[in-house]
Amino acid sequence: MTDRTMKPVDVVIVGFGWAGAIMAKELTEEGLQVLALERGAYRDTYPDGAYPATLDELTYLQRFKLFQDMSASTFTFRYDVNGQALPYRQIGAFKPGTGVGGAGLHWAGQHWRMFPEELRLRSHYVERYGAKFIPEGMTIQDFGVTYEELEPHFDFAEKVFGTSGQAYRVKGEIVGDGNPFDADRSDSFPLPAQKVPYGPHVFMNAARELGFHPFRAPTATVSAPYTNPYGCQMGPCNFCGFCSGYACYNYSKASPNVNILPALRDLQNFELRPDCNVLRIVLDSSRKRATGVEYADAAGNTVLQPAQIVIASTFAYNNAHLFMLSGIGEQYDPATGKGAVGKNVSYQMLSNIQTFFGPDTNSNPFIGAGGNSVAFDDFNGDNFDHGPLGFVGGAALWCNPAGAKPISGIAVPNGTPQWGRAWKKAVKDNYTNTVSIDSNGANMVYRDCYLDLDPTYKNKYGQPLLRFTFDWKDNDIRMTRFVTSKLEQVARAMNPKSYTVTQKNFGDHFDLRPYQTTHWAGGLIMGADRPTSALNRYLQSWDVPNVFAVGSGVFPVGLGYNPTGAVAALAYWCAKAIRQQYLKDPRPLVDA
Amino acid sequence: MVAIKVIGISPSRRAFLRSVASAAPAAIVVTGGVMVSAACHQEVAQTKYQPKFFDAGEWATLVALVDCLIPADSEGPGALEAGVADFIDLQMNTAYGYGALWYMHGPFVKASPAMGYQLEFSPREMYRSALRGLQAAVRERHGEEFDQLAAALKDSVISELEVGRMDIGSVPASDFFVQLLQNTREGYFCDPKHGGNKGMAAWRMINFPGARADYIDWVEQYGRRYPLPPVSSA
Repeated sequence: MTDRTMKPVDVVIVGFGWAGAIMAKELTEEGLQVLALERGAYRDTYPDGAYPATLDELTYLQRFKLFQDMSASTFTFRYDVNGQALPYRQIGAFKPGTGVGGAGLHWAGQHWRMFPEELRLRSHYVERYGAKFIPEGMTIQDFGVTYEELEPHFDFAEKVFGTSGQAYRVKGEIVGDGNPFDADRSDSFPLPAQKVPYGPHVFMNAARELGFHPFRAPTATVSAPYTNPYGCQMGPCNFCGFCSGYACYNYSKASPNVNILPALRDLQNFELRPDCNVLRIVLDSSRKRATGVEYADAAGNTVLQPAQIVIASTFAYNNAHLFMLSGIGEQYDPATGKGAVGKNVSYQMLSNIQTFFGPDTNSNPFIGAGGNSVAFDDFNGDNFDHGPLGFVGGAALWCNPAGAKPISGIAVPNGTPQWGRAWKKAVKDNYTNTVSIDSNGANMVYRDCYLDLDPTYKNKYGQPLLRFTFDWKDNDIRMTRFVTSKLEQVARAMNPKSYTVTQKNFGDHFDLRPYQTTHWAGGLIMGADRPTSALNRYLQSWDVPNVFAVGSGVFPVGLGYNPTGAVAALAYWCAKAIRQQYLKDPRPLVDA
Repeated sequence: MVAIKVIGISPSRRAFLRSVASAAPAAIVVTGGVMVSAACHQEVAQTKYQPKFFDAGEWATLVALVDCLIPADSEGPGALEAGVADFIDLQMNTAYGYGALWYMHGPFVKASPAMGYQLEFSPREMYRSALRGLQAAVRERHGEEFDQLAAALKDSVISELEVGRMDIGSVPASDFFVQLLQNTREGYFCDPKHGGNKGMAAWRMINFPGARADYIDWVEQYGRRYPLPPVSSA
């Protein structure tokens, strides 16, 4: 089967996005020989983000140049356990990344932490509202790690990313007009908050007028020149608006390519091998030890790469796929609730309001930065009393001026035809007179929402595609309709001529066509005990202890915030456990 | 600041369309940001686009379709002046046109629209089948080619495509409409290097600056019109 066997390494990393790059940096600091395998192409600011060719909506946002090659591999979807899953043939609802830097090269740049109660979601809800408050079939559970344990890693990740924001509370002391709902911080952001464009400016005034607590949200699109702890340099963001879907031409948006790779590139004990698609983690005959990985190279050869430690750091759901293809752990079964691989896949629940103003408003929506926003968290996490509302979860409400583009980003008022003179006039009248605001909410996890291998459809290597069994649930619709009613209050206070609300209705099915978010999570979850999780609290496989997994796939519950800050902090947390505990004594770090 | 003169619409719209459809002299001159319609003059032959993928009948139908989807009027350029039909023809010879950006392995199963695209057609196959199917359906019903129909009738045919009430052969009409409308908007608003949005006139119409990509001085100038004309990333 194998065409070639490579020289053994200490650590092989599968997938070179944020999580993989962090693990590579941390483990090379221990002097280990580290090899990162990336299925996609080599990418860097030049040429992939070079000005001006990169400022091209058709190529990058309509033809998805930096995204996964869907012709080679995709996913299948069905709404329930009895349905036939069908392939996600064109990029729509979410945009899977690939290539060096992963989705971290073409992300928007919002850099959030988490709320402490999200890390112990089940325990928190049981304590505050009672066990009966959690609906039947909702399988939320705790991460098995606390905010206090992760705080140093949230802090360090912000320093690596050059995150720009305004803190509220540092070491118990109020330091500025940041987010009053934030947990305590050990330090301020490394850079001050970015400027506030027109849309968020209007949003902030309206939210404040209503008694909410808006703040300038943290972003990894930087407000000033910056050198991070690794010596990597960034230039100040100039609000070009080409962030999500693009590689930043200006070295202003944090990425693995800009913020970590320059510190790895010259190391003797690091190698990055792109165009290597890992097919499986190889186990020895005991099935309790990995001996390396097998991958397909660009020429189609099957290559064996021996390693002492395997780090799965693929995007979200792909870690579960890799474990399934490798036969690590037990496949989750929705009928019995047993098995943890594939369990608790989550997405996010979003709504949007377009506010339309009169002529000459000049909201200039082309001025933007993907991570820039004014937000308020009065209805996120458990910052409000859920008792009388009868749902679990919440959402951040924000105005995020990410740079509206003409093919994809012109909203028109309700009732406008899709074509003809009236459409054209509406487009002309509204492009620079619109402000878009959103709710970005958590989608909870359920017994019958999970991942497994598709019985029908295959990728170009002949492997079964990953199958999603997933649909919206009433709890999350209730949540989104509640927070959207609050967002609507803000929309009205902004005093537009008209506005259009887009939100889910009860009974709506997940629609794979319009872009929503790429923030999938779960499927290979961490947890406090073996029967309910695939990984222990240090992100080590319960079943094969020399395999670790990082990325949003480890989240046992969905988050309201964008996940990258949590992904980075958890990667540093995992790396610390390997460095301080596992290398000295390579064994299961938690007794099963 | 560059003065922008919007395009006037010729009274002999139908004649103009026929001339474009038969690849007669193109109608727009772009000089230093000032756009002048040459539709009623015909003496200027700026470009003469010869379709590489579509045959004459398909091309005439496509030209008439996109002209209805985004008509020329005093608000700004129509699809034809913007080069939308040229753009769509050029796209047919890209990887996208061949369906190479999509997962195209069977089985292909009929499903609710929310499950996303589930047809076996690449864009090339879809356009070819749907345009010919549309031509045949119109010929049968009206005894005329689609591009020869009166404007109101063309619009009503498109409305039928939009809601999927028309049989145009193996491609469901509403799927073709979605594909056509998406590509039409792409051709209208894309960077001109792709063959559409000629003269960046559609960007000027909405005041999108294209690839300027440097607004730090403008972030907090609330409510001021951005004064610089667009630039291309070519």
